[in-house]
Amino acid sequence: MGRIPRQYLLRRLRIFILTIWASATLIWIIPRLAPGDPISAMVGQMSQAGGYVEGSEEIIEGFRARFGLDQPLPIQYLRYLLNLITLDFGYSIASFPTPVSQIIGQALPWTFGLLVLAMTITFLLGNALGALMIWTHTPHLIKVLIPLGMVFTSIPSILSGLFLLYIFAFILNWFPVQGAYALGIIPGLNLPFILSVIQHGTLPALAVILVNFGYWALGMRGMMITVQGEDYVQLARAKGLNPLYVLYRYMIRNAILPQITAFAITLGTLVSGQVLVEYIFGYQGMGKIIYDAILARDFAVIQGASFIVICMTAGAVMVVDLTYPLVDPRISHGGE
Amino acid sequence: MEQTSPVPVAAIESAPTLQKPKRVMGRFNRWDTPWLNTKLLSGLGILSAILLIGLIGPLIWDTSLALTRAAPRNLPPVGFTNWRGQEGVWEHPLGTDNNGRDMLAVLIVGAPNTFLIGFIAASVGIVIGTILGFCAGFIGGVVDDFIRLIADIVITIPVLMVLIVLQSAFKQIDIQTMALLIAAFAWPRATRQIRAQVLSMRESGYVRMAKLSGASTFDIMFKEMMPNLIPYLFASFIAGATGAILAAVGLETLGLGPQRIPTLGSTIYNAIRGTALSLNMWWWWGLPSLLLATMFIGLLLVNLGLDEISNPRLRQASKS
Amino acid sequence: MTRESRTPVLEVRDLRIYYETPKGDVHAVDGISFVLYQGETLGLVGESGCGKSTAAMGILQLITPPGRIVSGQVLMDGVDLLKLDERTLRQMRWSRLALVPQGAMNSLNPTMRVHQQIEDVIRQHQTKTKTFDRSQLKPRILELLSWVGLPERVYDMYPHELSGGMKQRVCIAMAVALHPGVIIADESTSALDVVVQRVVAQTLLRVKADLGVSMIMIGHDMGLMAQMVDRIVVMYAGRIVEIATVEHAFRNPAHPYSQVLIDSVPTISERKPLKITEGITHDPRNPPHGCIFQLRCPFVMERCRREAPQRREIRPGQEVACHLYEQQPDGSYRDVRDTA
Repeated sequence: MGRIPRQYLLRRLRIFILTIWASATLIWIIPRLAPGDPISAMVGQMSQAGGYVEGSEEIIEGFRARFGLDQPLPIQYLRYLLNLITLDFGYSIASFPTPVSQIIGQALPWTFGLLVLAMTITFLLGNALGALMIWTHTPHLIKVLIPLGMVFTSIPSILSGLFLLYIFAFILNWFPVQGAYALGIIPGLNLPFILSVIQHGTLPALAVILVNFGYWALGMRGMMITVQGEDYVQLARAKGLNPLYVLYRYMIRNAILPQITAFAITLGTLVSGQVLVEYIFGYQGMGKIIYDAILARDFAVIQGASFIVICMTAGAVMVVDLTYPLVDPRISHGGE
Repeated sequence: MEQTSPVPVAAIESAPTLQKPKRVMGRFNRWDTPWLNTKLLSGLGILSAILLIGLIGPLIWDTSLALTRAAPRNLPPVGFTNWRGQEGVWEHPLGTDNNGRDMLAVLIVGAPNTFLIGFIAASVGIVIGTILGFCAGFIGGVVDDFIRLIADIVITIPVLMVLIVLQSAFKQIDIQTMALLIAAFAWPRATRQIRAQVLSMRESGYVRMAKLSGASTFDIMFKEMMPNLIPYLFASFIAGATGAILAAVGLETLGLGPQRIPTLGSTIYNAIRGTALSLNMWWWWGLPSLLLATMFIGLLLVNLGLDEISNPRLRQASKS
Repeated sequence: MTRESRTPVLEVRDLRIYYETPKGDVHAVDGISFVLYQGETLGLVGESGCGKSTAAMGILQLITPPGRIVSGQVLMDGVDLLKLDERTLRQMRWSRLALVPQGAMNSLNPTMRVHQQIEDVIRQHQTKTKTFDRSQLKPRILELLSWVGLPERVYDMYPHELSGGMKQRVCIAMAVALHPGVIIADESTSALDVVVQRVVAQTLLRVKADLGVSMIMIGHDMGLMAQMVDRIVVMYAGRIVEIATVEHAFRNPAHPYSQVLIDSVPTISERKPLKITEGITHDPRNPPHGCIFQLRCPFVMERCRREAPQRREIRPGQEVACHLYEQQPDGSYRDVRDTA
């Protein structure tokens, strides 16, 4: 396999950093464009939550000084960026002294685990099925069944999640309704916990896989049609090679390359869908804390969690992009 | 060897070609209209049926029933009973929610709003995308680099996250503003697609011929290239609309959409908050979900159809 | 080589390959028969679309839908390839019947190194040929590469790092890797520039001579054909109109189409106008009654529209399917135009 060319690596890194910077800036600007200033809103929130707040005027002034809101905007902005680098998002308003980073820290591993798993399965399954749709040796029954399964494609995962939840958790009672693991089980590396996690994760993962694999299957089908007509595939057959080997090494191996790029491009949409699914299933990941924060009007958490999800997406896109030269020799040797 | 001069080769090459099957197929298919594609037509059929619900619905049904407390609460659709043993009544054939909204009226009001968001966002997105794509592909150089960079950045950002921040900061937003906000993130995909097409066309024979014959840049762009871009533009439009509706539904189901008018997404949000799942009020969340799912299937079919139109090879494969 | 001493290695009998289109079947190959003898190079010529490449793909059993083999036999060592099951056919491919493909530009898998692609065939056919263990594999491939005049460094390269001529030579090395009995070279030198064309053609000839294999060379470069092949098969619209030794074919081509084809080869001494008439071709889904060439033939007669001419040997080493040649009572053939 090839190496990652420096030029390519630098370009990807630049996009990664710029993406994060741009979204951080957006998130900073948006509340400042909104009517009212964030601190008054925050204190308003607190007084709403905890009844009358004594001397709210002083508190507001105190907060202003503490958050540096009495400083000129450029200073505020630089401070904000510096805080981001140290993953300091301030404090949650709904549960005041808790830092936002702590709330996110608890939710992140769950989202990350579910995300990586669901996306990987979706990508592999979709591409495998797409390839089978074109392969001449695929049994006819499978060729008929795959397109039927793709009816779900492009339905939002939130809807598939609702239907799955209703059918499998409420009517059939096969899966738990809420959470990432059963209450009363001590998290750790023990079997009951792991089983519980799998049991709780199945439906959310399925909700994502079900509505997204078709997208990959369709893309793969298109690529396979192109690759199938290539001379090297015909020559591979003339060589008398095993059809399965031809399928894998000569067809899929080449057809999957543009799919990897497409994977990077659509990750943003996929992540959003996944986050929504979490909230439907009460899965204690980023989606859940965003939803809870929306309900509690906890803007600091919304800001921090959104920023982290954006970073995760950008990071995933970069990882996918960086694997590309490793599988396509034409890029790793500096060609276009 | 002087015998290998191009003359005989050229003579032989210019003779009609039958050798390669794909060329043969392409040539004969040009005579049947590719636009009469089953997938495209059935997709358009589904979409217009849903649109008709929104257009004709208000004429035959009282849409003010979509407001809270306009009807008895928690009624099931006709032919079903709810957990309290109440039966569905014909005054509210699709049942009501826990706020006394008539579901049929909600669907009639909600469906066109969802379309509107998709339409506005996709139109704005495609206009921006086409302009930027043409600029990037035609001007090239620094302009191309810059546009590509911005597109690469924006395409990476999960739209929903930024919109969540926006909506929670601004609270009340009407449908048009929401559509425009979504459009601000909908252009990069169209830009990329148009740019790639423009690049490949710029190198193709007929555009070179047009250039050599002295056609102006404007003429080349709109007379030579635009007609060939139309299927791609349509496909971009549909993809944009799908993405916009997806984002809008996501926001609404998080309780962040326009609050004053009922939308399909906000109905689902209310259902989830009102524990419709455990109360087995399937009509509350299920009906808007089904309508949305049908809408997405329609959009998918249109997209697939357009794909086959712009790529004859796909057409061939779907026939065999 | 006398005709009696020649043993056939490959025989095609009445092969028909049709392509399905929405408006009916295109008769791409419409009942062709010919024999390839041991050690011989047979040139298959004709204009683009005459079915010569389709015929080659038919012999190799590589016709894919919408194309299909309608009928016919392809006999190799007495075995009909068209009747073999998938497994046996796969073993037969490459070990007995190899292909040097059309357009070398795209014939190599872009994501595999050169040596992996050659290894593929050797590994796959290990049981049929001599067994190679891993340590022998590399020297064997290097030997193949040097045989076709490629440097050792090509071994580890990817196709996109090679020039067109180098890729084509990799294809030749791959084709001879298992010492097949028959090599089909399908327009192997087109799409290369003239100098590289010659080098590749010479490589092909040298390898062929070294191995003593038989070869079917498909192409439309009559000049190259004249130099490389022993006999020429002229195809027109899916049918064979003439089979002749290269001398006959170039000195006195018999079929009017062959004559036009040979005539179109320019020489330095003479500039000729192009004689071939273009555009008056028949609908390929609906070939006319009688002779296939009637619409473009300058000597078309009443009889040509009624009955299709049979291919007959009008003189030793020259068979032609044309009504212009009539059998005399003494068994010899006479050109009817001579009497007119």
